[in-house]
Amino acid sequence: MIAVTACLVLPLAAALAAIPLGRRAPRLALVAAPLILLAALAVATEIWRTGPAQLPVGGWLPPLGIALVVDGLSAAFLLTGAIVTGAVVLFATSIFSTPDRETRAGFAFWPLLLAMWGALNAVFLSGDLFNLYVALELLTLTAVALVALDGRRETVAAAIRYMLFALFGSLAYLLGVTLIYARYGALDIALLRILAEPDAPTFVAAALMTIGLAAKTALFPFHAWLPPAHAGAPAPASAMLSALVTKASFYIVVRIWFDVLPVAGNEALAMILGAMGVGAILFGSVLAIGQERLKLVVAYSTVAQLGYLFLMFPLAGSGGEAQPWAAGAWNGGVVHALSHAFAKAAMFLCAGLFAEAIGHDRMDGLKGVARTMPLTVFAFGLAAISLMGLPPSGGFTAKYLLLTAAFAGGNHFFALVMLAGGLLAAIYLFRPLERAFAKPAEGSDITPIARWRQAVPLVLAGAAIALGVFSAVPFDLLRIGRADAAQEGLE
Amino acid sequence: MNTALPVLLLATSLVPALVTFFLREESERKRNAVNLAGAFAKLGLVVVMLDGVRRGEDYEFRFAFVPGLEMLLQVDALALLFVTLSAFLWLLTTIYAIAYFRGGSDLSRFFGFFSLCVAATTGIALSGTLITFFIFYELLTLSTWPLVVHKGDAKSLAAGRRYLAYTLAGSAVLLLAIVWLESMTGPVEFAAPSDLRRLDDMTLRFVFALFVLGIGVKAAIFPLHGWLPTAMAAPAPVSALLHAVAVVKAGAFGIVRVIYDVFGIALVAELGVGLPLAFVASFTILYGSVRALQQRDIKKRLAYSTVSQVSYIILGAALAGPFATIGGLVHLVHQGLMKITMFFCAGIFAERAGITSIDGLAGMGRRMPWTAIAFSVAALGMIGVPPIAGFVTKWYLGIGALQAGQTWVIAVLAGSALLNAAYFLPLIYRLWYQPGEDIVRADAQALERPLALIAPPVVTAAAALLAGLMAGLALSPLGWATLIVERTYWP
Repeated sequence: MIAVTACLVLPLAAALAAIPLGRRAPRLALVAAPLILLAALAVATEIWRTGPAQLPVGGWLPPLGIALVVDGLSAAFLLTGAIVTGAVVLFATSIFSTPDRETRAGFAFWPLLLAMWGALNAVFLSGDLFNLYVALELLTLTAVALVALDGRRETVAAAIRYMLFALFGSLAYLLGVTLIYARYGALDIALLRILAEPDAPTFVAAALMTIGLAAKTALFPFHAWLPPAHAGAPAPASAMLSALVTKASFYIVVRIWFDVLPVAGNEALAMILGAMGVGAILFGSVLAIGQERLKLVVAYSTVAQLGYLFLMFPLAGSGGEAQPWAAGAWNGGVVHALSHAFAKAAMFLCAGLFAEAIGHDRMDGLKGVARTMPLTVFAFGLAAISLMGLPPSGGFTAKYLLLTAAFAGGNHFFALVMLAGGLLAAIYLFRPLERAFAKPAEGSDITPIARWRQAVPLVLAGAAIALGVFSAVPFDLLRIGRADAAQEGLE
Repeated sequence: MNTALPVLLLATSLVPALVTFFLREESERKRNAVNLAGAFAKLGLVVVMLDGVRRGEDYEFRFAFVPGLEMLLQVDALALLFVTLSAFLWLLTTIYAIAYFRGGSDLSRFFGFFSLCVAATTGIALSGTLITFFIFYELLTLSTWPLVVHKGDAKSLAAGRRYLAYTLAGSAVLLLAIVWLESMTGPVEFAAPSDLRRLDDMTLRFVFALFVLGIGVKAAIFPLHGWLPTAMAAPAPVSALLHAVAVVKAGAFGIVRVIYDVFGIALVAELGVGLPLAFVASFTILYGSVRALQQRDIKKRLAYSTVSQVSYIILGAALAGPFATIGGLVHLVHQGLMKITMFFCAGIFAERAGITSIDGLAGMGRRMPWTAIAFSVAALGMIGVPPIAGFVTKWYLGIGALQAGQTWVIAVLAGSALLNAAYFLPLIYRLWYQPGEDIVRADAQALERPLALIAPPVVTAAAALLAGLMAGLALSPLGWATLIVERTYWP
């Protein structure tokens, strides 16, 4: 599978090449992006045809060597990541490209973005706990640098805060990995699945890794770093951070809970994650309502939306035995992660376009943009539908599955929180939309934005909708390589 | 079995909607052509299907969302009743709106969302499963909001906020009901209802109440009607859409589906939930009439009259005898024809003569004869004067009440007729018998122009008259409602 290798090597090689290329880096990115997207597509079609695959790197089999693993879950994230990043690359060429001179931000952005892409792909393809750690660290470093890209005092402070949380997360995760290695002498996911036993060290390790990753995902109450960091970064970087970087650590939690150490899944820990998710949904949404800057609304919305993801752990049930509704909860959580990636990336790009057109990102400035920038408002609206969990969208499909699982498992409280979260999302998202549909203020002047640039977020938002309309396709992809739970589908 | 026609029926409004969104504001002719073509095509398809369904043909289209969760578009006799009404009125409202908005702004947006509303309504009518119903029901909510706030002034924005507060809260309750029910039974299909009897009675009653609460918001049942009078801030074609073509009708239609196709009449009777609903509907009928009596603004009076009239449909469904059902179903069409006439006329009075209050109508009968005649016919019909359509409804509801042994309903009907007379007759009196300003012939001609504005209410008034006069025909609304009842519910 040369495509798998390409998914790792191409972005990293392009990142390295971008440094000497300087102001010609955007052109390199425009060439590399379609190739990586094609490679991701090739990986997905390959495992669609032949099933999950394991690739020992350098021919050494685990536990001596390390393996790359592709199954439905990794292919789905790989593809989502490639589509979102591809769109971001295209979008960013109009911002970070100054053919006549070199700027610091323009110089730093491209290598960082491409390296981030490589790190994301490495997370999605790693079949080994330590490899995951390395990929995650590379991801964090690029993310922190992108937050600090414009060098203002606030954004540097936000970046440092992010760094501290991320370091705490990494240490906790690494400690968990060390415990696992001490207990089993193996780090390979497939091996651990066979070896793992429900004892104290395994449980402590799982708890440590989960908490560390939760901090990196900005799960409430570890969310404080996220809004200033995501709102402070340039729009394309915000899109990457909210849509994909937070998902990478979530992806590892899913792997650990369902693939590596299902035996360590503990009712109490699952409930704690669920409670944190509930806190995130309610707290993030309420704070989002109060924001007066659009990018902060969108960033707090990310805090809230990440909460839904972690409801999948208590809803799926735990203790290793598959509940009949576990598949629904698992699928719901994953589809939520994917559709949030599309919708949130679209929304941050829209916010960037609005800010560019009106000169600032205060909500008042949005008055009348529905007349002047209809395409962007339409994209924002479509993304909002998915975030509110309204049909037809990926967000709705996910919510329906999670709700059904909640009722089937008797977790009515979680169901009510999800419904309340949808209503709160409607409040904070209709605030900007309402301003957009208001009469334009007298004498308001906007910088015209090219139609193709407005089309980029529209395509991403359209993908979030399409994920709901044609959800049978991602479902078939996701079930590849999942022996038990996902096969059953819905009751 | 034909799978293409239901999709085509949906596409006749969905495609114009999507095309219109991307048309430039200046391309007025293209926009009008696309929308009118869609409306004519839809009407043509409806005629074909009316004949097909009468002969007993099946039209359905299935599409899997996720394993086990199906989208089903199905044309049965009940669906066709609603689709025929909305297709007919859509065509007339489009003609009316083109004339009404001539020279206005944001029209591509307006007609785009307008067609999207009709597409959503068609989807609601054709829904064969609960989840399909919910998807289109929400699409309707979302696509109506931009129409309500179309003017963009503070009043419309406030009306839009109120509309969303009511409808989104309603849809959260509806989703709760659907998910709760489906987590116990699996996905619910209307044509093949699952046996709910094995479930606990109290749970079923609670779920039924949630359904009524959730859908009742759009049907404007007391005390969930608050959004409807406020929404009068929207332009006249939007009022026509809310009151006759789409929104309140979707609510009433939904309640009919829940009673007859989700729970089934027998179970509703066993659970004893039909009678309380009939009480609520009766109270709404009287309450709406009393509130209408208190209004001095024409559109406000009409709005409260809608609150009252829509509950006739729900009353008929809740009484659940053959004649009551016919009365309720036929009122879906009759109320639509009469109420849209009155809103068209109110819009003409407001736009062409600047009249918005009831007192302003004095002497208008001679200055704007066509409009006044259409308005009067519809108003008399609402009161229940034979042979206009409203009489047929009341006659069947009365017989149905006796059949169901609920004699008190007769008192409600009589009281409501009196109240209707009390709030509509003064309007007719002012139009025809009170002296207004002196008239000049040329002036009269100038007021009733253009033809595209005046013709639609005249046509709908004539249709209301014909629906009453020709009620004996098989293809009259009454004939069709009888066919539904004979074929489906009391074979």
